[in-house]
Amino acid sequence: MTRDEITTGLAEILEEVAGVTPDDVAEGKSFTDDLDVDSLSMVEVVVAAEEKFGVKIPDNEVQNLKTVGDAVSYIEAQS
Amino acid sequence: MTHTDVVVTGLGATTPLGGDVASTWDAMLNGQSGVSALTPDWAEQLPVRIAAQLAVDPAELLDRVKLRRLDRSEAIAIIATNQAWADAGLADSGLDPERLGVSVGSGIGGALTLLAQDDILEASGPRRVSPHTIPMLMPNGPAAWVGLELGARAGVHCVASACATGAEAITLGMDMIRAGRADVVVAGGTEAVIHQLPIAGFSSMRAMSTRNDEPEKASRPWDKARDGFVLGEGAGAIVLERADHAAARGARVYARLAGAGITSDGYDIVQPHPEGAGAVRAITKAIADADIDRREIVHVNAHATSTPVGDLAEIKALRQALGDHPVLTATKSMSGHLLGASGALESIATILAIRNGVVPPTINLDDPDDGLDLDVAANKARHLEIPAALNNSFGFGGHNVALVFTRA
Repeated sequence: MTRDEITTGLAEILEEVAGVTPDDVAEGKSFTDDLDVDSLSMVEVVVAAEEKFGVKIPDNEVQNLKTVGDAVSYIEAQS
Repeated sequence: MTHTDVVVTGLGATTPLGGDVASTWDAMLNGQSGVSALTPDWAEQLPVRIAAQLAVDPAELLDRVKLRRLDRSEAIAIIATNQAWADAGLADSGLDPERLGVSVGSGIGGALTLLAQDDILEASGPRRVSPHTIPMLMPNGPAAWVGLELGARAGVHCVASACATGAEAITLGMDMIRAGRADVVVAGGTEAVIHQLPIAGFSSMRAMSTRNDEPEKASRPWDKARDGFVLGEGAGAIVLERADHAAARGARVYARLAGAGITSDGYDIVQPHPEGAGAVRAITKAIADADIDRREIVHVNAHATSTPVGDLAEIKALRQALGDHPVLTATKSMSGHLLGASGALESIATILAIRNGVVPPTINLDDPDDGLDLDVAANKARHLEIPAALNNSFGFGGHNVALVFTRA
């Protein structure tokens, strides 16, 4: 999977879970500050991402995933 | 004792009869039934396959992402209270949020969420259980969401007294204003538990009508052929306001909430007292609290759920506490039984009866029970000048709540 494909997949999840407009999702965007994803929704995003990309994202890693790019890198490394 | 005057300045509802108060009231005056067949697959195995389902689905009104975080009972509580809030014209009134309270209860709470998340837990494991589960199923969830929507900061309360919940929540709202803790309280009830488990539970108690082939005729309070209540879903809300506060801002006043009476039976967990002793005391207290003569109460919106025992116990209580002059109605014949929301919806019907001078009908009263020795607006709305009216609500657990509304 390319980084673009992972970003697109995350954008689909973010739209479903938190109502984020897909066009707003880019690697530089912060989940909380730019995309308004609250902590409970972030839990949903993580679980949906695990399912979609077939990876494990432990809770202690989630705090390091500040931006979409962080998440893309983590998923890319795991898959 | 003289009380602070409390008036009603806003109404809101989403019910099996309509998506708002106006459509619900029109349907009531026309004697329409909100009961229909249950079509989901799970209904096939149930002895009861009818219910009074919402006329307007909340998905038509609320944003999809927001709905993911709301139990159905919370979603409809928000819809009803937003209507009441807008109706009261309080949005841009400059009301201090620290003087605004919320009292919204539910009889059963977020059961649909509990059951749906349990399905997910069983099928996919604990990690897939939604992080929104707890705020969706907690009993105070509807009140808390309403408080959040309105920015209420004088206290957000959740009353739970089964089918008396809506009326008790309204009483608490009145008490908050009388005690000086708030100037405005948005009060009411909400319920959304049309699902196979609650239906199976109620029907195992033999409390529900099994008239599956004639849904519209299933809810028939005081009729000889009644065989139990029909489960309904919905939410109702009223805006209670200190009378001088309402007057100062030139608000439209629907009616005065003159008094309330609350008692408990101390008799049985589900059976009403056969003579309605707790109900008699509640009605008597409400009249005393309202400081009016009982003859002024010429209309009663009865609890009457269409169960064989309960309907007649209430008649005995009304005769003893009020006399034989009032004109009764049971709007559950049309709306079904909204459990924790019923006291709120029926308060709205009582208030509109006073304001419009018309008693909505009790439909399906074709063959009155021999024990029905009071006057009922059977099958047709009846015009009546109503200076004061009573709304009764009783709940499993032996809760009795009587509310007295008077003309503004």
